[in-house]
Amino acid sequence: MMWHRQRFTLPHRALHWFMAVCILAMLFIGVGMESTIKPTYLTLVSIHKPLGIAILVLALLRLVVRLLSGAPPLPADLPGPMKLGAYLSHYALYALMIGMPLIGWGMLSAASYPVVLFGGVHLPPILPPSDSLHTLLWDAHFCLAFAFFALILLHVAAALFHALIRRDGVFQAMASVSSEVAPAE
Amino acid sequence: MVQPHQSPARSVFASLVLIAVIIGCGAAAFAYTAGWFSPHRLTPNQLVDAFTPPDGHPPLGHRRNHAKGICFTGVFEANGAGSALSHAQVFARGQYPALGRLNLGTPDPNAPDATVRVRGMGLQISTPDGQEWRTAMINPPIFAVSTPQAFYELLLASGSKDPNAMKTFAAAHPEIAAFGAWANSAPWTGSYAEERYNGLNSFVFSDGSGTDHIVRWSLLPAAQPVPVPPDDLAKRGPDFLEQDITQRVRGAPQRWTMVVTVANPGDTTADPSKAWPPDRRTVDVGTLVVQQIEPEPDGPCRDINFDPTVLPSGVRTSDDPFPAARSAAYAKSYDRRTAEAKDYPRTAPDTRP
Repeated sequence: MMWHRQRFTLPHRALHWFMAVCILAMLFIGVGMESTIKPTYLTLVSIHKPLGIAILVLALLRLVVRLLSGAPPLPADLPGPMKLGAYLSHYALYALMIGMPLIGWGMLSAASYPVVLFGGVHLPPILPPSDSLHTLLWDAHFCLAFAFFALILLHVAAALFHALIRRDGVFQAMASVSSEVAPAE
Repeated sequence: MVQPHQSPARSVFASLVLIAVIIGCGAAAFAYTAGWFSPHRLTPNQLVDAFTPPDGHPPLGHRRNHAKGICFTGVFEANGAGSALSHAQVFARGQYPALGRLNLGTPDPNAPDATVRVRGMGLQISTPDGQEWRTAMINPPIFAVSTPQAFYELLLASGSKDPNAMKTFAAAHPEIAAFGAWANSAPWTGSYAEERYNGLNSFVFSDGSGTDHIVRWSLLPAAQPVPVPPDDLAKRGPDFLEQDITQRVRGAPQRWTMVVTVANPGDTTADPSKAWPPDRRTVDVGTLVVQQIEPEPDGPCRDINFDPTVLPSGVRTSDDPFPAARSAAYAKSYDRRTAEAKDYPRTAPDTRP
């Protein structure tokens, strides 16, 4: 029973690291495509849309995994404000992982743009055409992208703080690769 | 995993520095990607800003260029001949709903029609397979410049207070002479229906066997063009083009033949300022039939971005750099005007299609 309490399950760890790569790529592609009119713009946009939908699917899957298998508890000696910060930031990360793709999809729908995935597959619109909805969702997508990146930086800083300074096993709960339990220090 | 062996205090300090460096590098890489360290990178915002009129007031709620226009609906009647070039359903014999916008190449939505040299058409054709083809065409036979960067510089030069700006620009971009010759010598007409609209940019068609063909397309009017001196057009009132097309379509549908021109190997495909030789293979792929005209404020074209990179499967962009630049700039123009919808109110309560 001990290792269930100390580490995230293997599917959860695999999802976490794969999604970390996807989401970072997504955020860099997003700001990159907004910064250029060169042909790379089209390449970036054509990756941004299907990758966003892939992240949405993975995030929903991960939410299910998380709800079913739970998470190891935070160290008992972690100060209260840090615990609160951890809980809130994790809720926010899940909300953004699921919310950002939906906002993007809704924004394209409200603008009557087709949502094209790889292989020319089209997704249906999820909102009716609307100036005001498009503007609202565009602004949200833009602002939340920067909030998302800032939150990821905070998340990385906190993970490294656990790994390098507190050395309390929180980092290993997500980072360990082996099937054995990393010893709590 | 770093497992420091130093004394705890030094180890903590070193770890904090390491964390700060990692986070700092991440933030810097993000800022670099966003172009914050690259003021010379031409962004969609800069390109759209360059359309701002000399008085500094963009046309709030309107497209930032081709701001004056009128909506139409109709059908595209494909004759099936285009299927030899592209497997897109829009070229299979049949009738497909079309929606578009006849417009003037100006950032002023109130420009008198006789004052604007470039006329255009935005067109969207939808097919039952759920695909869409959007294109925005203009009446000159070639584009003014070779690259999006040059186009940006042209906008800056034409808005510049320096009296020599255009001369300097033309010296650096001699390709603009051909456009200038067209603008000065081509006859004006009294009707949107008498104009030929040219896609100018090259695209790649893929046929059923997977073979690629690099093409450009044009819409050739069925109505016979009648040259009218611009001075005479000026006497017809500020909106004569919109009145004319409304009347004509009320009388009878107006038609254009869509002609696809296929490049030969070795033709310049990346530069819309260079026409292809006139002997290139052309294929008539169908007829656009305009059946109804609607004013823009409540019309179905108002909220469509005629982004030339919205293409059906079977059509894709080529090495021509313009469609990407246009897509980026059109999206920005769309973002701005939809955020300003209150400055361009609808006249009917709710006529959204």
